[in-house]
Amino acid sequence: MSQLKHDYDDIPGTTVFDADLSRKGYHLNTFFFTLMKQENRDVFKADQTAYMSRFRLTEEQRAAVLARDWNEMIRLGGNIFFMLKLSFSDGMSVQQLAGAMTGMTAQQYAQMLLDGGRSIEGNRSKSEWANG
Amino acid sequence: MADLFAGVTTSHVPAIGAALDNGKTAEPYWAPLFKGYEPTKAWFAKMKPDVAILVYNDHACAFSPDVVPTFAIGCADEFLPADEGWGARPVPVVKGDPEFASHIAQSVILDEFDFTIINNMTVDHGLTVPMSLMFGQPKEWPCRVVPIAVNVTQYPFPTGRRCYALGQAIRRAVETYEKDLRVVIMGTGGMSHQIHGPRAGLINSDFDARFLDNLTADPAALVAMPHLEYMREAGAESVELIMWLIMRGALDDAVEEIYRFYHVAASNTAVGHIILENKRSAVRA
Repeated sequence: MSQLKHDYDDIPGTTVFDADLSRKGYHLNTFFFTLMKQENRDVFKADQTAYMSRFRLTEEQRAAVLARDWNEMIRLGGNIFFMLKLSFSDGMSVQQLAGAMTGMTAQQYAQMLLDGGRSIEGNRSKSEWANG
Repeated sequence: MADLFAGVTTSHVPAIGAALDNGKTAEPYWAPLFKGYEPTKAWFAKMKPDVAILVYNDHACAFSPDVVPTFAIGCADEFLPADEGWGARPVPVVKGDPEFASHIAQSVILDEFDFTIINNMTVDHGLTVPMSLMFGQPKEWPCRVVPIAVNVTQYPFPTGRRCYALGQAIRRAVETYEKDLRVVIMGTGGMSHQIHGPRAGLINSDFDARFLDNLTADPAALVAMPHLEYMREAGAESVELIMWLIMRGALDDAVEEIYRFYHVAASNTAVGHIILENKRSAVRA
């Protein structure tokens, strides 16, 4: 890993996709990127495991994709903008994808945004989450 | 001589494009948002720019994980809408201005900003949603586009200061182009939003209001803001706002705020929009 300490590591519930994660997630993100073509989406949907075997994914990464565990994909180097190719292929909106990572139901998450979104108060620092 | 007379910023939420493409603009959820852009469409129809320099970020569509350029300029004669996973948006092909773009590339690179020159790329919602908001749903877009793609998806991003200075270099490039062209520059992305992780859905309207105020009146205050402050205060993906500083750097210090619109929320995102005219241009128009 990088020698640098990151100031952004203190932001709660947030993963900044940096050069370290880019390297870790390279094959995973390459897989997502191929889903921009309809013919690839068709092959993937017909047999997800077989399609993923074309890429040098780790066992953890394959399992996270099959489980649609979006936070786990992020932890394993997935970049949200590449991941959108998978969620769009699944027919999810960006709001549904984002909501799925919060632990809220889709309805609760949508309502939170209708009510003005998640407040910044109490959400600036990991210390606030640890205490709350 | 080319004249860069105004700057426009707007958010570029993909759901806005989907709402337009699927005929949902009159629905209660969407109607207030589209109403907010009616004065903008009238302004563009009146000002009739020949070219828009459109600063946006590629959302992992044109640029694969293999290569992510920090600053790139599209010099092609046309740019096809990208298929982002559900088919390409049914919008017109974006027409470029290769001669003008190449001039800007040459000028800006020799001015010590190292653009990557792109001769073939698709453009995603980051570019086409702003076009739809400015121009509606015409058969052909009414102006040519010089796309400038900025990396805000893989940290480290360029600093706000560097973005502002790039805007200044773009302005110097425009001013040395000999053809008569009416040019607007657009900065897109933002405002508050976070679309990943357990903190997704964050909106900070106070931050956004200060940003909009300072964009007009005190851009120096914004230029000094570190990435951390954007990401912490307004959501990780709000860092797209550094692209608005490229727009601002290309304008005069003294600008007139012609129009502002702010709306919470479209999908996950606070939508912000502003039109600034150089005061000298405002007098001439």
